[in-house]
Amino acid sequence: RPGANTTAIMPAVSKGDGMRGLAVFISDIRNCKSKEAEIKRINKELANIRSKFKGDKALDGYSKKKYVCKLLFIFLLGHDIDFGHMEAVNLLSSNKYTEKQIGYLFISVLVNSNSELIRLINNAIKNDLASRNPTFMCLALHCIANVGSREMGEAFAADIPRILVAGDSMDSVKQSAALCLLRLYKASPDLVPMGEWTARVVHLLNDQHMGVVTAAVSLITCLCKKNPDDFKTCISLAVSRLSRIVSSASTDLQDYTYYFVPAPWLSVKLLRLLQCYPPPEDAAVKGRLVECLETVLNKAQEPPKSKKVQHSNAKNAILFETISLIIHYDSEPNLLVRACNQLGQFLQHRETNLRYLALESMCTLASSEFSHEAVKTHIDTVINALKTERDVSVRQRAADLLYAMCDRSNAKQIVSEMLRYLETADYAIREEIVLKVAILAEKYAVDYSWYVDTILNLIRIAGDYVSEEVWYRVLQIVTNRDDVQGYAAKTVFEALQAPACHENMVKVGGYILGEFGNLIAGDPRSSPPVQFSLLHSKFHLCSVATRALLLSTYIKFINLFPETKATIQGVLRAGSQLRNADVELQQRAVEYLTLSSVASTDVLATVLEEMPPFPERESSILAKLKRKKGPGAGSALDDGRRDPSSNDINGGVEPTPSTVSTPSPSADLLGLRAAPPPAAPPAPAGAGNLLVDVFDGPAAQPSLGPTPEEAFLRFVCKNNGVLFENQLLQIGVKSEFRQNLGRMYLFYGNKTSVQFQNFLPTVVHPGDLQTHIRLNVTKRVAAQVDGGAQVQQVLNIECLRDFLTPPLLSVRFRYGGTPQSLTLKLPVTINKFFQPTEMAAQDFFQRWKQLSLPQQEAQKIFKANHPMDAVLTKAKLLGFGSALLDNVDPNPENFVGAGIIQTKALQVGCLLRLEPNAQAQMYRLTLRTSKEPVSRHLCELLAQQF
Amino acid sequence: MLLFSRQGKLRLQKWYVPLSDKEKKKITRELVQTVLARKPKMCSFLEWRDLKIVYKRYASLYFCCAIEDQDNELITLEIIHRYVELLDKYFGSVCELDIIFNFEKAYFILDEFLLGGEVQETSKKNVLKAIEQADLLQEAIACEASVITLTVSQITLK
Repeated sequence: RPGANTTAIMPAVSKGDGMRGLAVFISDIRNCKSKEAEIKRINKELANIRSKFKGDKALDGYSKKKYVCKLLFIFLLGHDIDFGHMEAVNLLSSNKYTEKQIGYLFISVLVNSNSELIRLINNAIKNDLASRNPTFMCLALHCIANVGSREMGEAFAADIPRILVAGDSMDSVKQSAALCLLRLYKASPDLVPMGEWTARVVHLLNDQHMGVVTAAVSLITCLCKKNPDDFKTCISLAVSRLSRIVSSASTDLQDYTYYFVPAPWLSVKLLRLLQCYPPPEDAAVKGRLVECLETVLNKAQEPPKSKKVQHSNAKNAILFETISLIIHYDSEPNLLVRACNQLGQFLQHRETNLRYLALESMCTLASSEFSHEAVKTHIDTVINALKTERDVSVRQRAADLLYAMCDRSNAKQIVSEMLRYLETADYAIREEIVLKVAILAEKYAVDYSWYVDTILNLIRIAGDYVSEEVWYRVLQIVTNRDDVQGYAAKTVFEALQAPACHENMVKVGGYILGEFGNLIAGDPRSSPPVQFSLLHSKFHLCSVATRALLLSTYIKFINLFPETKATIQGVLRAGSQLRNADVELQQRAVEYLTLSSVASTDVLATVLEEMPPFPERESSILAKLKRKKGPGAGSALDDGRRDPSSNDINGGVEPTPSTVSTPSPSADLLGLRAAPPPAAPPAPAGAGNLLVDVFDGPAAQPSLGPTPEEAFLRFVCKNNGVLFENQLLQIGVKSEFRQNLGRMYLFYGNKTSVQFQNFLPTVVHPGDLQTHIRLNVTKRVAAQVDGGAQVQQVLNIECLRDFLTPPLLSVRFRYGGTPQSLTLKLPVTINKFFQPTEMAAQDFFQRWKQLSLPQQEAQKIFKANHPMDAVLTKAKLLGFGSALLDNVDPNPENFVGAGIIQTKALQVGCLLRLEPNAQAQMYRLTLRTSKEPVSRHLCELLAQQF
Repeated sequence: MLLFSRQGKLRLQKWYVPLSDKEKKKITRELVQTVLARKPKMCSFLEWRDLKIVYKRYASLYFCCAIEDQDNELITLEIIHRYVELLDKYFGSVCELDIIFNFEKAYFILDEFLLGGEVQETSKKNVLKAIEQADLLQEAIACEASVITLTVSQITLK
């Protein structure tokens, strides 16, 4: 209520502990008429608090609490706070609950990595955890969960499991402990030791207290994702718990019933947990579960018990999660079809939210072979949604679903609807629609004239959104299929007649006429001179890139149509070309002019011969869509289930020199391309260790292999080895790096005797990693991997700028009908782009001094995890990538290294020093680099190696 | 989870993943803008970066959660609603001002309900019991304190 006076806006009731001073301060801030006034008031208050904290008089707990709370308020307003931490820490050890509570809140919101403070905070937390006072214990656990830092993990990760399963812990403490542990495990899984407690955690699913079960399920779901075998027993417990909830009457669960729906949060969580596993093997458990799922589907048909939206939301939350589980199992045709019918009803529901979710959920149903046909029956409703929905996010879902349900039988209808939608589509989603139309048109093209028409329509309707990938692709396809070349030439010629046509149309037209213009030259309406003057009429309005392309077309014309030679030479000779300010245009004009004057007809014909067919490769458009949408975006199409035969038109190399999606031209500098990688030996059928011959090292243990995280860490100092192994699959890596470039060979070995279906490994760049490092798949793997076989994938890597998180490898496939998926960190870390630098002691010290800002240095003191052996240490440091400098450190036990990290955008100089202390079995590692996050990151990576 | 007013003023922020202050401010700005730009009656869900946004407006306040791809949108809407109910019950028909002036209480209630980004306790009774207990503790202490002041003043009177 802005404008009201101070007293009027103070709340009438202040619950619990009113802090009058705080309320007055908040009112003052609210009354400030301008940002300046607010800042002035805040500065006044900060000065006041500072003087109170510094003053001689000791503050009582209440005042301290009040001031800390004011600081917190100021921080939450968006201002910086650089003091008061100590006073907050003092509050932690107060025995007054609300003082402690405010202290913890402050610490949770404003964590500071000041190590001295962390020690004090941890100490206070330790005391509270040991206090046996459940309210204090909960506060401490909340704080750990809210901060969730590695330091806290190191201090408490080992204690919390004990508190969680202790027989005498109060329910509320157990709840907080479970979720606290979850947070620590997510942040640093290596700090949470698995052990005897895990079995007891699973049994919390049986706990009498529903709140304890609710908290525990979240923890178990997270843990079992990484250790599925250790937690297998949770399946039957989860099923029986779910069954009891689903079959209970709407009031049985008292306060855990929400608007007549029994325990909706717990139900959803249990259904999520079950999605971590394949269908239960035990027939009785499975029967019970199927019964539950059917009950949920049945209940959806019953009349609602309340008109409140909360009732229907809670009920439908369970229903949607049930459908997700049914889709995850993908093995019960009956349930899949029922799910589809249920979603079909929602497609026309008056609640926008339900329409949105139904469209989204149906997208995944469309890729199941059991329900694909059932989904298709809703095509008219979905098309209608695309046309009439008022909310763009709902229309987007409808477009996604049309894309997912598309197959040969409905492709023409869907493509034409999407084209129509494109004319009025929101700008934000146009590019995506263009990509989707381009992919569908290619994938389901029966006659290629339809394909060519569709792409030209795309350019006509949304030329600005047609990316290079799309128009490159149409050129590749026309080049590779001689039955469509004449039609394409005729069509682009007609399209270019339009008075205003998009520049992309000129590009496509220019290229196609240059290659295949001869196929329509017999018609006097499109004779060579007419073709030329049509193209040249667009020339002056085009960008440099397009003009360069047109110049290439012109020289091709001289070869195809000798009668145009004089005219074209005239154009090339014009001052505007020969003396063009643009180097590329000038060079083309000069070279083409000379070529046409000195070369014989035969030489000209050889040089300008028709382009050879493009080699088969993944559609670059599909790759682009995946990049745009993240993992899983292209799933409907990658799915080998539908029409594997339609891949016959795959092409891949771009026709013009300026390209985006080919591996960077400099990749050849690696000198790797000429020499194929050493092929893995043919795998003996059914062998346990497919790659053991290729890869050295202890990593290739058959079943007790390292965790993915451990395996990833091992790659920090080496380039080859086994990245992942379970009972089904082994993934081996060989990689080479030079400068800011690298190449990685991934070997996927099927350890079973059964063929993997829909095998799809994809590289994922989380967040904006794409702008830091680029990975291109240059060799795709087939969708089927036979039992005992091994397939190989090649990635080209380019480091654009420094990065901290590795790209991810997501592998999905079906094994015996069950979808499998895993996500691994690819062993690409910033140190791979190290270039070792040798230097003398004097230079080293000079540079070391130059990098003396506190943020340029990162240091870690840590315990040795491996035997402290100088030779091994040396090998690891060299593997890490830096040069090892002898005779620099006065202490010969110490190691000193130097190197430069090469990225495309910048170089980062790095110096490092490792000081082993054999007596204490400790190391001290110091990194100095010119870039702050790099120092810290390298320090962390390297510290984990010793 | 973010709570912000129709004017775009942030009233409560809770982060369950580690982010720098700069990132937090950027995300907040972006989300507030995106959500405020949406018209009434639009769908409560939208895609944002690689997350899903679930939001709902209660009077002058927007409640907005970012959840992961696998998470359930509808149950998240009801997480928001249950939180509103908890605030309502604690403050007695809660309004934006209660949350401004008692922001610390809003955080405490949230911590009892959600922890580490997961639902900890869904029972309204149990959550409020934990909070009321804390208030009672405080009042008991305050009471004790006033008794002491009384004795002190009696002493001086003598």
